[in-house]
Amino acid sequence: MRNRIENLSRRVFLKQGLAVGAGLTLGIHLGAVPRRLDAAPGATALPEELAPNAFVRIGTDDSVTVIVKHLEMGQGTYTGLPTLVAEELDARWDQVRVEGAPADAERYNNLFWGPAQGTGGSTSMANSWEQMRKAGAVARQLLVEAAAKRWKVDPQEIQVRDGQLSHASGQLASFGELAEAAAELPVPEDVFLKDPEAFRLIGDAALRRKDTADKIDGSARYTQDVALPGLLTAVVAHPPRFGARLKSLDAEAALAIEGVEKVVQIPSGVAVLAGDFWTAKRGRDRLTIAWDESDALRLGSDEILEQYKALAEGPGAVATAEGDAETALGSAAKVIAADFAVPFLAHASMEPLNCVILPEEDGVRVINGEQSQTRTQAGVAEVLGLEPGQVSIEMLYAGSSFGRRGNPRADFTSEAAEIFKAAGGKTPIKLQWTREDDTRAGWYRPLFFHRVRAGLDAEGKPVAWHQRIVGQSIAADAGMEARMVVDGVDRLSVEGAANLAYAVPNLYVDLHSPKLPVPVQWWRSVGHTHTAFAVECVIDELAEAAGRDPVDFRMELLEGHPRHQGVLRLAAEKAGWGEPLPDGKARGAAVHASFNSYVAQVAEVSVRGKAFSVDRVVIAVDCGIAVNPDVIKAQMEGGMGYGLAAALVSSLTLKDGRVEQSNFHDYQVLRMDKMPEVEVHILPSAEAPTGVGEPATPVIAPAVANALAAATGQRLRTLPLELA
Amino acid sequence: MVKITVNGREHALDLDPETPLLWVIREHIGLTGTKYGCGIAQCGACTVFLNGAAVRACSTPLSAAAGGSILTIEGLESAQGRAIQAAWAELDVVQCGFCQSGQIMSATALLTQNPSPTDADIDAAMSGNICRCATYARIRSAIKQAAAALA
Repeated sequence: MRNRIENLSRRVFLKQGLAVGAGLTLGIHLGAVPRRLDAAPGATALPEELAPNAFVRIGTDDSVTVIVKHLEMGQGTYTGLPTLVAEELDARWDQVRVEGAPADAERYNNLFWGPAQGTGGSTSMANSWEQMRKAGAVARQLLVEAAAKRWKVDPQEIQVRDGQLSHASGQLASFGELAEAAAELPVPEDVFLKDPEAFRLIGDAALRRKDTADKIDGSARYTQDVALPGLLTAVVAHPPRFGARLKSLDAEAALAIEGVEKVVQIPSGVAVLAGDFWTAKRGRDRLTIAWDESDALRLGSDEILEQYKALAEGPGAVATAEGDAETALGSAAKVIAADFAVPFLAHASMEPLNCVILPEEDGVRVINGEQSQTRTQAGVAEVLGLEPGQVSIEMLYAGSSFGRRGNPRADFTSEAAEIFKAAGGKTPIKLQWTREDDTRAGWYRPLFFHRVRAGLDAEGKPVAWHQRIVGQSIAADAGMEARMVVDGVDRLSVEGAANLAYAVPNLYVDLHSPKLPVPVQWWRSVGHTHTAFAVECVIDELAEAAGRDPVDFRMELLEGHPRHQGVLRLAAEKAGWGEPLPDGKARGAAVHASFNSYVAQVAEVSVRGKAFSVDRVVIAVDCGIAVNPDVIKAQMEGGMGYGLAAALVSSLTLKDGRVEQSNFHDYQVLRMDKMPEVEVHILPSAEAPTGVGEPATPVIAPAVANALAAATGQRLRTLPLELA
Repeated sequence: MVKITVNGREHALDLDPETPLLWVIREHIGLTGTKYGCGIAQCGACTVFLNGAAVRACSTPLSAAAGGSILTIEGLESAQGRAIQAAWAELDVVQCGFCQSGQIMSATALLTQNPSPTDADIDAAMSGNICRCATYARIRSAIKQAAAALA
C-alpha cells in the first residue's frame, strides 16, 4: 500500500512534468485540534496559532511544534517524526519543537494497530511515514495561501525554504508572521507531497536529535522525576513466587517508621506509601508477610528445559509444511541435528518501572513514559470504575523499555491504579519499583527450546529443514490469541523460522506452547530473538557440512531475496570477509529480516582458551528510505549491543520457582569493556521506511556463535555462549 | 541536622543520616538529573562528585557526605565537563538518556584525572556505568573527542 503510493507519486510526477518539489495530491484525514482549554497538553492550540491538524502547531513566535504520538524511549521518535513534518513544511530544524501526544486512540492511534494508540513492533516511523508528511504539507499549503492573499500573488509563485516564504517581487515572511492569517483559512482537502528527490531533511545524516540537550544536562523529565504537592511514593512487596498470594500481613513495624503514611493490600501484593522513596522502601522491607504458595510454581529453569525437550519428542501445531521434510531427511546425504536453548530474560530497562496517578476533576491523570496508552487507559479505568476516556495520560520520556513498558495487561500502570484506589483515590501516588522488583516480577522473554534437523543432498544443497519449537506463548499471556494465534500457532513464537528465506524445498516447522505461571512478554525483537539464533546457526552448520563458504552458501540460497542478499553482500564486503586474520581470530556472519527490515552482521572474535572477546561488528541494514541516517546507525549499534548482552552474559534463571537473580550484580548486562568496535552501513533504498529499533538485536548471537565455530570448531547452541 | 553543599548551595537537612545521598539530592533538594537505577552501586546512573571524587550516590549515606561539597549534573561547569557535554551533543550519544547524567559525570572524572585516556583507561573508568541502550561506542568516541578538544 505504502509502496504503491510512492510509485503513484513518481507516475504523477512524470506525467504532469511537475518541477522537482511537487508530488502527489492526497486526500487527508488528519484529526482536528479542539480549542479546549481543559484538554491535555498537545491537544490545545491558542486562537492565534495555526493548528490545522492534530500533529502540528505554528505559533506567532515562529515556533513549529510537532506533536508526536509515539513514546520516545531512546529509539528516536522525537527526532524522526518531526523530520517528516519539517520536511514537507520546509521548516528550519532549529524552529521545530516536540511535544508528546495525549492519550487519544482516535487521533493518535498507531495506524498499523487499528483503533489503538501505542508504540512497538518497530512501527513508529513506518506507520507515520505518510501521516506526518501530510500533516506538514497541510500546514505549508495554508501558509502559502495566506501569503498569496496578503501579497496578492498566485500561490504557485511562492517559494518556501528554511522556514521562510518568499516571492519574486521581494516579499518575505516567516511562518510566525503568517500563522494567524493562515489559521483563518479552511484546511485543504488534499495536499502535494514532495518527490523523494526533493528531500532536504529526510536523509540528512547531520540532523541532530531533538532530545539530546535535555538528556545531557539532567533536565529531561522521566516518570521517576515527577514531584507534586502531596505526592506519596509507593513501594510494593511482590510475592516471591509466581502464582503465590497474600496469606497474612503484619504491617506494624512498617507503620512504626516515621514518615510511612499507609500500608495497603492490592491484588499484586502489599504497598507501603510515604512522602519519599527511601522511607517507603524502608517500610516495605519491614513488612512481615506470609504468602500462600499452594498454587505457586516450584519448578526451576533446568526442569522446565527438560520438560520442553520431552515435548519436542512429539509433534506440535504446524506452522509451515512445504513438501515432505521427513521423507526428504530420510533420503538426505547428510543430516545436521541441533538443539538450541535460550533462557528467560528480563528487559532490565535503566529506569525501573514506575507510574504516577493523580485525581482530576472528572477522572484521573496518569503521568508516565507510556508505551501503550490505550491499554493503560483501559486497565486503569477498569480498576477505578471509570470510562477509559476519563483517564488522561501525560507523556514523559521513558528510561528505555525494550517492550516492557508496553505490557499487554498494563500490569504496572494497573498496579499503580490499585494503590491509588486503596489509598483512598484522592492522593497523588507514584509507584516506584526497585531494581529487584523489576528483575523478579516477571514478564520476561520466554525460555525457548528448538530442535532442528536439516539435510543436504549429495551436491551439498539443502533438501529438508525440520524445526520444532517449544516455548510459552506471548500472545496467550497478552490475551491476544484471537489476533495472533492461527491454527494453534502463536506467530510471535515462530516468526523468523516459519518464513525461512533460504531455498529449502521441504520445510516443516511446528510449535508447542506449554503453559507456565511465569508471565512472558515481547522483548526487543520478540520471537526473532531465538528463531534467528537457531536458523542462522543451522545454516552455518549446513555450509560447513557442504564444504562451502558460509556467505557464498547463504547468497546462493537467498536467490529471489535481493534485500537479504544486499545487506549480506555489503556487510561481508565492509568486514573484509575472506581476508586472512591472525591466529585465534575468526569471523562469523548472520543475516535476518524482521519488522520489514533486513540486517546482516559480521562479527570478529578473538579466542584465548575458554575466554573470548567480540572485537568488531560490521552491520549492514536495509530499512527503506533512511529518514534519519544517524538515528538508524545508533539503533543498529544499540540494538546489536542489546542482543550481544543476551549472547554473552544475560540469563534469568528459576530455582524452586524463585528467580535467582535480583540486580545488576547477578543479572549481568553488557558493559563498556565488552562493547566491540562497531560499524554501520545503510543500503540506499527507495522503499518506504521500515523498523530500526529491533532488527539489529537478533542477528548478533548467531554471528558470534558462527565466528566462535570458525575459530574453535565448537558449535555453541545455548545462550549465553560459553566455550567448553 | 546534616549540612552539605550541593552545586555551591548549602543545605541543612534534618534526615536520617543513613539516607542515601541519591534520595537526598533527588527528593529533598529536588535535583532529579541524578538517577536511581539499581541502588547498590552497580549501574552508575547516580554518579556525582563528592569533594571532587566520583561516587555512587545510591550507596553513599548522607552521614558520609556531612560537611562535604557535592556536584551533580546540574552543576557541571568545569572545562572537562563542558567538553564532555559538547562532544555528547555533537555525536548524539544519547538514546533513552536515563543513564547519561551518570555517564557524563564518570567521563568528566576520567578526563579530569587523565587528559588523554587510552581505550583501556576508558574501559576501566566507564565499565561501572551501564547503558542498556548500549551507547558505549559513542561514549568512547565522545570521550576521545572531548580529550582532543581540551588538548
